[in-house]
Parts: sequence; structure tokens; C-alpha cells
Amino acid sequence: MKYLLLFVGTREDQNRWDGMSKEQYATAMAAAGKWFDEYTHSGKIEGGLQLTGSGVTTVQPQNGSRVVTDGPFIESKEVIGGFAIVNVKDLDEAQAMALAWPGGPVEIWPAVER
Amino acid sequence: MVRVLGNFDVAEEVVQDSLVTALERWPQQGIPDNPGAWLMTTARRRAIDLLRRDRRYVEKVALLERSTLPGDSSETDDRLRLIFTCCHPALAQDAQVALTLRSIAGFTTAEIAAAFLVAEATMAQRIVRAKRKIVAANIPYRVPEGDELPDRLDAVLAVLYLMFNEGYLSRGSEVASRRDLAEDALWLTRLLDRLLPDQAEVLGLEALMKLNIARAAARFDAAGEMVLLPDQDRGLWDGIGIQDGVALLHRAAALNAPGPYQLQAAIAAVHSEASAWEATDWRQIVLLYDALLRMTDSPIVRLNGAIAVSRLAGPEVALGEVNDLAMLLGDYHLWHSTRGELLEQMGEHALARQARLRALELCQNPAERRLLERKLAG
Repeated sequence: MKYLLLFVGTREDQNRWDGMSKEQYATAMAAAGKWFDEYTHSGKIEGGLQLTGSGVTTVQPQNGSRVVTDGPFIESKEVIGGFAIVNVKDLDEAQAMALAWPGGPVEIWPAVER
Repeated sequence: MVRVLGNFDVAEEVVQDSLVTALERWPQQGIPDNPGAWLMTTARRRAIDLLRRDRRYVEKVALLERSTLPGDSSETDDRLRLIFTCCHPALAQDAQVALTLRSIAGFTTAEIAAAFLVAEATMAQRIVRAKRKIVAANIPYRVPEGDELPDRLDAVLAVLYLMFNEGYLSRGSEVASRRDLAEDALWLTRLLDRLLPDQAEVLGLEALMKLNIARAAARFDAAGEMVLLPDQDRGLWDGIGIQDGVALLHRAAALNAPGPYQLQAAIAAVHSEASAWEATDWRQIVLLYDALLRMTDSPIVRLNGAIAVSRLAGPEVALGEVNDLAMLLGDYHLWHSTRGELLEQMGEHALARQARLRALELCQNPAERRLLERKLAG
């Protein structure tokens, strides 16, 4: 069963992250990197990205055409910092991964199975 | 729909689902020209979606719906797994309670709705949504192991405790048709103890329920009015029930894993063993409250401990502690009625009256309201 783990936070979280010193940033990245490495080795992560948290563009249908706008579709006070696609047995396993995540809140989105 | 799909559970589910969609959409988009046909089309589309997308569905729903009877050991494991699935923390707690009542205790949706004083359609929707999440998110059907177990067991106990309180507090209220949730919660806790033996907190919760139920007959007088602990006729207490509760507590204590339910049961046991309100071992009760606060520092626990503090150290000391909780409990009727009680003890009749009037404004429960009115009149 596949899930999308979304690493979410507020705009303030993102600013804090952006304002970190080099060492702080390196430590935080190392912790996140370790998490990714371990679960990738055990075959539970199929992919993922760290996102910039800014510079987002939305393309959406409107009156029969597609309109391009600046900014995210979701409420702008929230930010998606990154995501991981995981393939695990059940929600408990996905939850255990989210609990081990060294960063902020994690949303667990179950994927449609085909 | 049942005929089309040939599977009642799935049919029930998709019809519910289409109704939910309709309820969400119609107010915004207007009612379609032929609502019946719209519903049928939506339901059929949903059904095909569901069946194609998720073959585990039928299996899971069947599992949730399976009626279970005590006994048989292969079913024992199934039921334990089912309890943990129903009380999974990824489900909203009200849904956990509803699912447990439906799947384990065999309540109908109508009975659950009546027990929680909500419309049957609302409760049906809550249950449907929870079941859909179990399937969609693949919430496992298993007993948690190792490190996971304590937290997950806590979640189960929280559901049972909530169920018990809902039943216990509403006893004697005007709703006669409600099933006795308190008795059912006790039954479920006993079942859990049998399925998962030697868990101190399960026994602790069972003891707590048992001790409260044993004293229930004295909580309302012949006229149906609520009687508080100091004024209760202790002759009406069920001595055997109290002995059973205390015995459960001893079994729990022998496991050497103290917890909040055991401590609350111990407090109830000290009260139960006192021959009169005046003869209560207040020192013991204050010590137990202190231990409980070290485990779960909640303002409600502090408030509950205040009366014991007043008996041991005087109402002034207790009132000081209660006043400290103003920011947290200022909108809670029992905070005001406790202040009223303590101020009365101090002879501050005008202030006591003020506090009780405020409590009355905030209180919803009819029996508690009448009690406050009597105190205000007396």
C-alpha cells in the first residue's frame, strides 16, 4: 500500500528554516537525510523531494481554459516543505515512519490502489 | 441498489455516500431535476469506483459487521484485533466510540445515536466515514506489539472510559430510552481483560467502573434527584460490588505498573470503604490525588482533589488552589460549584451564592441543575 507523506508547516516554520545558521541547517538536513537513507535502504521509500517552499505557480481550469497564477492552491499560510512516496504494509507502518521523522508535522495521504 | 450490487454492505455504504455527496452539493448547486435518478446514478458510479479501486472493501466491511459472541478462542483473537482497529488513533474519538459500540458491543446505529443524543443520520454518517477511512487508509486489523502496545491500549481505555462516563453521568436524566452505556462499558472492559490479561490499567479501569456502579443506587433519591457523596445513604451501596472492585484493584496493584485508572479507582475505593463522609481517610485521598497529578497534571484532577484538600487543610487552602485554575476552568460549571461549596464552608454566603448562580448558568445536565437550584434555595 502506498502513501504520500507530506512534510508540512507554517510560513513561520519555513522562515525559521530559511533563517538557520549554516551549522543548524547542516544538522537538520543530516537528520532528515538519515531518515530518508534508512527507509530507502529498507525499501520503504520509493521517491521524495525537498521543496523550496516558495516560488510556487498554480495552473487551474477556469471557464473552459487554463489560468496560470502566482502562488500555491492551498492556503498560503501553510507550506509543503517536501514529500516522500512510501510503500508499506499498512497505516501503522506509515505512521511509524511519520513518528520517526525528525522535522515538523507530517500528513499521511493514502494512495488509490490500482 | 442491493439488487444491482448483490452485496448489502457495499450497497448500504454507497447509498450513504451518495446522500452525503447530495447533502454537500445540493445546497450549493441546487437540487437536480430528478433527485432520485441523480442519487441512483451517483450511487452506481460510486459503487463501481469503490469495487474497482478497492477489493479489500467487502472483506473489511464484513469484518466490521460480523456479529461476535463470547466464547470461542479463534474469535477471541479476532475480537481483540477488532477492538484495536475500532480504537485506532487515526480515527476521530467519537467515531472510535461509535465503532466499538457497533462492532463489539452489538449496538444498532439508532441505539448509539440515542446514547449520544445525536440524530441517527449524523451517527450513521460518522460510522460510515470511519469505516471508509479504515479501508482507504488501510488501518490494520491486528493487535499492536511491543512499544506500540501501551499507547494503543491507552487509546482503547480512553474510549471505554468516555463511554462509561457518558452512561454514568446521564443516569437519572430524562432520557429513558437510552441503553445503559455504563454497564456496557464495564462489560467491554471485562472482555478486554479476558482477551488481553494481566494489564494493570485494564484492571484499574474495570475496578473504577465497578466501584462507581456499586454506589450508583445512592446517587439519586426516590424523587429522582441527584444526591452528592456527602449526603448519600451508604446503606444503599452494593457491598459485594465494592468488594469486587477492591479485589480487582489488588490484582492490578500486584502487577506493579501503576497508572491513572488504578489511582482513580484507589480514590473511589477509599471513599467506598468509609462508613461515613466524616470518617473518610482524607490524608490517603490527598496522597492519591498527588500521585495522580504527577502522572497526569490536568486541571480537572486538581479541581477534584480540592474537596479532599479542604477536609485536610481547610477550605481557605483549597479555595486558593481552585482559584489558581480560573484561567483554565472559568467556563466549567463544576469549577464554579466547587468554589460555591468552599465559600459556603468558609461562611461567605453571598460569594457562595454568586458562584452557584454562575455554575447554574453554565450547567446543561438537568439533574445537576436541580441540585444547584436546591442549594441556592436552601
